Amino acid sequence: MSDMTANTQPTPQKSTSSLYDETKRTKRRNQSEVRFKAYGVAAIAVGLFFLIALLVAIFSNGIPAFKQTFITIPVELTESALDKTGNRDVAEMSKVSTFGYKPVVTNALVTALKDAGIAIPFKKEKDVEKLLSSSVAAQVRDTVLADPSLVGTSVEFRLLASSRVDGYFKGRVTRDALIRDKNLDAEHLDIADAMAKAGLMATTFNADFIFGSDASESRPEQAGIGVSMMGSLFMMIVVLLLSLPIGVATSIYLEEFAPQNRFTDLIEVNISNLAAVPSIVFGILGLAVFIQFVHLPQSAPLVGGLVLTLMTLPTIIISTRASLKAVPPSIRDAALGVGASKMQSVFHHVLPLAMPGILTGTIIGLAQALGETAPLLLIGMVGFIASNMPDGIASGFLDPNSAMPAQIYEWAKRADPAYYERAWGGIIILLLFLMTMNIIAVILRRRFERRW
Amino acid sequence: MPILWLFVLVLALGLIGFVLGRMRALKDAHGDIRQLHSLPNYYGANVLFATLIPGFAVMVIWLIAQPMVIQSQVTSLIPERAYTDAGSLNLVMSDVRRVAEGLDVAVAEGAMTHEQARDIRSEFTDVRARLGAVGVALGSNVEPYVLQAAQKYRTLSNGGLWLMTALVLGAAVLGFVLSYLRTNKEQRSRNSVERVVLALLIGAASIAILTTLGIVLSLFSNTIEFFKLYPAKDFFFGLTWSPSFGGGSELGILPLFWGTFYISFIALAVAVPIGLFAAVYLSEYAGPKVRAIAKPLLEVLAGIPTIVYGLFALLTVGPLLVNLFGDGGALGVDWMKGGTAVMTAGLVMGVMLIPFVSSLSDDIINAVPQAMRDGSLGLGATKSETVKQVILPAALPGIVGAILLAASRAIGETMIVVLGAGAAARLSANPFEAMTTVTAKIVSQLTGDADFSSPEALVAFALGMTLFVITLALNIFALYIVRKYREQYD
Repeated sequence: MSDMTANTQPTPQKSTSSLYDETKRTKRRNQSEVRFKAYGVAAIAVGLFFLIALLVAIFSNGIPAFKQTFITIPVELTESALDKTGNRDVAEMSKVSTFGYKPVVTNALVTALKDAGIAIPFKKEKDVEKLLSSSVAAQVRDTVLADPSLVGTSVEFRLLASSRVDGYFKGRVTRDALIRDKNLDAEHLDIADAMAKAGLMATTFNADFIFGSDASESRPEQAGIGVSMMGSLFMMIVVLLLSLPIGVATSIYLEEFAPQNRFTDLIEVNISNLAAVPSIVFGILGLAVFIQFVHLPQSAPLVGGLVLTLMTLPTIIISTRASLKAVPPSIRDAALGVGASKMQSVFHHVLPLAMPGILTGTIIGLAQALGETAPLLLIGMVGFIASNMPDGIASGFLDPNSAMPAQIYEWAKRADPAYYERAWGGIIILLLFLMTMNIIAVILRRRFERRW
Repeated sequence: MPILWLFVLVLALGLIGFVLGRMRALKDAHGDIRQLHSLPNYYGANVLFATLIPGFAVMVIWLIAQPMVIQSQVTSLIPERAYTDAGSLNLVMSDVRRVAEGLDVAVAEGAMTHEQARDIRSEFTDVRARLGAVGVALGSNVEPYVLQAAQKYRTLSNGGLWLMTALVLGAAVLGFVLSYLRTNKEQRSRNSVERVVLALLIGAASIAILTTLGIVLSLFSNTIEFFKLYPAKDFFFGLTWSPSFGGGSELGILPLFWGTFYISFIALAVAVPIGLFAAVYLSEYAGPKVRAIAKPLLEVLAGIPTIVYGLFALLTVGPLLVNLFGDGGALGVDWMKGGTAVMTAGLVMGVMLIPFVSSLSDDIINAVPQAMRDGSLGLGATKSETVKQVILPAALPGIVGAILLAASRAIGETMIVVLGAGAAARLSANPFEAMTTVTAKIVSQLTGDADFSSPEALVAFALGMTLFVITLALNIFALYIVRKYREQYD
């Protein structure tokens, strides 16, 4: 009021610039704003770039592992070489070792080449056998011993080509690289090209990579991940059977029954610490307790499963507790109100309602356990060739076996680059499993999760 | 497999008890369930538990105690001249076990009778050849005292097995009968069943404690064992790491520490800026659509197993870096000799940690109250100024906690360094050289058929102990910071 009576209106300071004009300072501030935002976009772009680079590396290197070069030729199973007595007695015929079969197969290849009109540029015709995998003699022998009546006839076989030839068709092996390679000569590649043209050699889908067993260091073309997949399966059975009940019981106790005291605090602190202990320490635990102390068999999926159970428990407990917490107290109150005991209210009402969340957490925990490698190295699931499919359930749990990630590590350690391709291929299979599990978890969550 | 059969037998007894107990309670109430104190199933479960618990308890105690008793009994048969210390005694004992198992196999296959297996003397018979005939290969000829000990071992464990079977069945039947007789309609069986269930729940919850205890004990006892053979001072302050299983190895941890921290440092230098900026962008700038796509995609990086990152480092990043920094590389410098190097492992580990840092920081930034943002924006600050001057200072303790958690991850990471960092332990400042870490050395010292009593194998436990202590301290500190910070705004 005084202003008006005094009539001394303060003259408004003349602004030198409009609000719409950018001063130098505003400009700088706006620029730094744009810059800051760009850093954020760049960070996300870099992260996504790495993800894409990783996926591209996996798929471009791993897809070839699912294909394999095969040579399809008729093999004349000569009686004089394979069954000298001629009475088709399996016991007698099994005395002929793979060395006896090798010339048979080599001769078949030479004949097939001649029939197709492909010249053999070697002094010794026998040298063409380098085109074939060293496993073919055993393959033919197994077929013959399974059906002795085949001897004396000509049977068409689909034989593995050697890994160098296979690599040539996949672009892994070049002619220049063969100069110092004593396993294969450039002339072999000429024959291979001609054979491919004649339809004797083709690169096709290889189911043995998915279902087959590991092979020795010198035969990468034969190696498959099937046996270690079984090892992983048995481990996951152990993990599921142990970690789900134990994890759920622990969570129920901590969420519903535990009084606030030192013991409860101790359990909580332990669980949150175990969640952050490096996985390799669990491996040491497994080695010291399960193998050295309890004398469980080394490299057995049972031991791997036990170790992974201990590792997965914190994950399952944390997610189970979250889903138990999400069940509203009114459910418990209603159950108690109609005369249920505390135990009945939990087991009959709260637990079923929390089940979808618990299952989601369990699947995610299992997916983690499936990809874990470090503890498996310490309990001896690497360093040998997992070549035997488990026969029966007890042997599946107790006999030495590998697991998918351990098998991938094993392949990555071998010197032959052909094994790197297998390792990438193994990763594709492993990731497919993980992806399926995670998708199931997401679907479960979407479909059954209840919002109260 | 007699133990499995015993287990099944006790279980079957328990199930019979369930049915009978339930029937007895119903009969006592003349089929009128309203007269019962508890629901009928609780009476059955009561008998079931009363059968199983004593049976299995006796079984577990026996299975733990029997090997110890037998061990001490059999050890007394082995003359002292045969062993010099605990390690070689263990070797003799495993010989004894092998021979005993061999005798068992021989009896099972009918190559020997029980009496022969019990009375056979190595002075008169070639035991090795006879066991070899049934497919049990022995490394050397069987010493008379080993054979005697093996026979004693067999008698004791066979006798023990029978005694155990009898005791277990006895305990189970006793529990069964007592609880069955006590079953009547007044019995408060629900209360007792629920007590047992609660005990089971507590038992399950204690497994977390047991696991920690197991880790600490197994690390600690073996570490002590190691320090008996190798001076602790040389371990913690030694500058060379050159284990040789023949003896005379130098096991200094400092080169391993250097490699570990160097790699972790590079990993954090990659992950922290990228993760932090990503988190800020996602929580402050990105619209819901971008967020819904970018956040899960970044988190895919966290779900990929570490073996995949290891292979990526070994086969993709390593060769790529050599092409850039190696001899005749694109940059014309000759810094890098081989694909495995600190830089390779550090970069890849950094990629692995990006989602870890970003999702933790994202949570923490979101926990900063909206009022603080509004206040800052209302005063005329730009968004980036708000982030830099208000949000980040407020979230700083939490972010430090997140970075510490990421650091503990990096220190404990195994597969990436095993495959990507190389095997040579050296103290060098060049990030393009191969170095090795604590975790990688644990793996290399413990894989293979090492003799667990040598310092070269035991050192892995000392390394593990050090690793455990460091990561535990980092985690506890980080969680403390995060928790304290959360309380501020709750």
